[in-house]
Amino acid sequence: MDKIVVENLYKIFGDNPKKAMQLLKEGHNKDSVHDKTGMNVGVDNANFTIQAGEIFVIMGLSGSGKSTIVRMLNRLIEPTAGNVIVDGENVTQMNQDELVQFRLKNMSMVFQSFALMPHLTVLDNAAFGLQLAKVDKETRNKRAMEALEQVGLAGWEKSYPKELSGGMQQRVGLARGLAVDPDILLMDEAFSALDPLIRTEMQDELLKLQEEDQRTIVFISHDLDEALRIGDRIAIMEGGRIVQVGPPEEILQNPADDYVRAFFRGVDPTNVISAGDIVRDTYPTLVVTKKGSLRTTHELLSSSERDYLYVLDAKHRFLGIASSDSVREALESGKPDNPVSQAFIDDANAVNLGDSMQDILPQVASSAWPIPVVDDQNVYKGVVSKNRFLRTLHRTEEQLEAQA
Amino acid sequence: MFEDKVIPLDIWVSQFVDYLVDNYRDIFQALKWPVEQTLSGLDAGLNSLSPIIVIVVMVLAAWRFSGKGLAIFTAITMTFVGLLGLWEETMTTLAMVLSSVIFCAIAGIPLGIWAGRSDAFEAGIRPVLDAMQTTPAFVYLVPIVMLFSVGNVAGVLATIIFALPPIIRLTCLGIRQVHPELVEAAQAFGATRSQVLIRVQVPLAMPTILAGLNQTIMMALSMVVIAALIGAGGLGSPVILGLNTLDIGRAVIGGLSIVLMAIVLDRITQSVAQRK
Repeated sequence: MDKIVVENLYKIFGDNPKKAMQLLKEGHNKDSVHDKTGMNVGVDNANFTIQAGEIFVIMGLSGSGKSTIVRMLNRLIEPTAGNVIVDGENVTQMNQDELVQFRLKNMSMVFQSFALMPHLTVLDNAAFGLQLAKVDKETRNKRAMEALEQVGLAGWEKSYPKELSGGMQQRVGLARGLAVDPDILLMDEAFSALDPLIRTEMQDELLKLQEEDQRTIVFISHDLDEALRIGDRIAIMEGGRIVQVGPPEEILQNPADDYVRAFFRGVDPTNVISAGDIVRDTYPTLVVTKKGSLRTTHELLSSSERDYLYVLDAKHRFLGIASSDSVREALESGKPDNPVSQAFIDDANAVNLGDSMQDILPQVASSAWPIPVVDDQNVYKGVVSKNRFLRTLHRTEEQLEAQA
Repeated sequence: MFEDKVIPLDIWVSQFVDYLVDNYRDIFQALKWPVEQTLSGLDAGLNSLSPIIVIVVMVLAAWRFSGKGLAIFTAITMTFVGLLGLWEETMTTLAMVLSSVIFCAIAGIPLGIWAGRSDAFEAGIRPVLDAMQTTPAFVYLVPIVMLFSVGNVAGVLATIIFALPPIIRLTCLGIRQVHPELVEAAQAFGATRSQVLIRVQVPLAMPTILAGLNQTIMMALSMVVIAALIGAGGLGSPVILGLNTLDIGRAVIGGLSIVLMAIVLDRITQSVAQRK
């Protein structure tokens, strides 16, 4: 469902915006407009939609227009031209009262510099949006406390912002944004002012919170790793223009132009590509209806020239791995008719299709056998071998190099 | 070259003020009324209270907002002034200063807030404030006397004109210095313009506004002697009388008392501002 629709959105800072727009339509870009008129093009003809419940990351370097564009979504900055439509309502056309109501009910914002009120306690800061909405004291304090607990700040409600570290202050900012229970959360480089460790923690928390309540989140960032980590879809901006919009893997594998390509150069593909993208069903499997037998297993392995066999149940769910060695050992100490489970390798766990290459790296590195991959119902889909893993890395690097 | 007066501005101004006096005296008398009531109320009040009560209240205020040091200083200073035989005059001056400050705050803080939020208004009011602050007080004493008659009230009105600019300027500054991102945050969460003002801008501008009040008090005290020239009572009287009769002793004790009052009031109000 289209939650936010941005149509032909422009923002020009200067005395004669119409002239600048005319130049833009004639094909000039931000730099040449500035050279000719001295005006600053913030956003140049942005068009995109944001789906309900997704984390939409808008990315770009400084001056690309990303902070400007997010502020036009709640009209903290007035658009020069174009429309912003949220839930079917045209935000750009609202009058002042409607706009205030709209902001109260639908959206909240988290700022890069935290923007906490220094004269209010942590609790009052978290309850700020509710206070503006004239919610009574008891209710708003209760909801603010819940939000503070959600971000892990219970116990700090009576402190003042200046007593807190940067990471904690931003948690208050996040609590403030969540306390009003908005459909849409705007996050303007919310984690950029935090140190790398805290930043990763906050990203994880955001993802966890998103699992609990699917909000629509518009997240501005200049950090590629951040965008890849948390974004369902990414929009790349440059010089006020939207250059490409899509899921991370798609942008990584099909960059729209040289700018995007250069952007993604040096990105770590293991964060983007998942086990499901590289799984191959190339190893022998044995489907057992009862318990199977060591003898059958041994025969299969011998005839296949492979060292490992993947044992599945009647529904193709993963049960375990048998290797030539483990089967031989089991045969030595038992009978050929013993169940195949006796030959299973210890600690041979499967990974999920959705796990990233980064996630499965430890297992791939430390196991002699190719790692089995299953779906959410534990149905076997294939394996990822060390070879495959390394070749993927190599190929991606090559691809990026070749296209650069 | 410029031997003769070509532009008779002086005549025009005199004629204008005469015109106001002849035709609008009633209006000006009416404007005088609130100031007069406040002033005489405070004056009578402070003078009717036993000096001990007044001193105790001031010492407690000093203690509450600053500490023992200032409390002791206040006690000594106020007692000293009484012992000089100038208690009544001091109370009158205190009443005049308080009245001026009250009206300056009532008029000045809202104007300062307006200037803080409107670039156009700030640009318009700035030359007016400049004129008010740099015009020698003697210049507007004459029209004030013509319109409002001599006495304490005229003194307070002159003081108000002189002491109004700092509170307006500092309130304006305080509002403008509030971090724009905080205003943005309030707007993003759906604050109306008045909510932004009341919940964000004024609380955060408070220290600067209080500094403005402190300045207003100081400027009011500096007008005490000038006010005495147009018949105001208070500590300016002994100074002027001493001047006129070449009684240096009298002038000095009047001046000394003014200085001591200034120090006490300055310290107390600064402590209030710093605690915020």
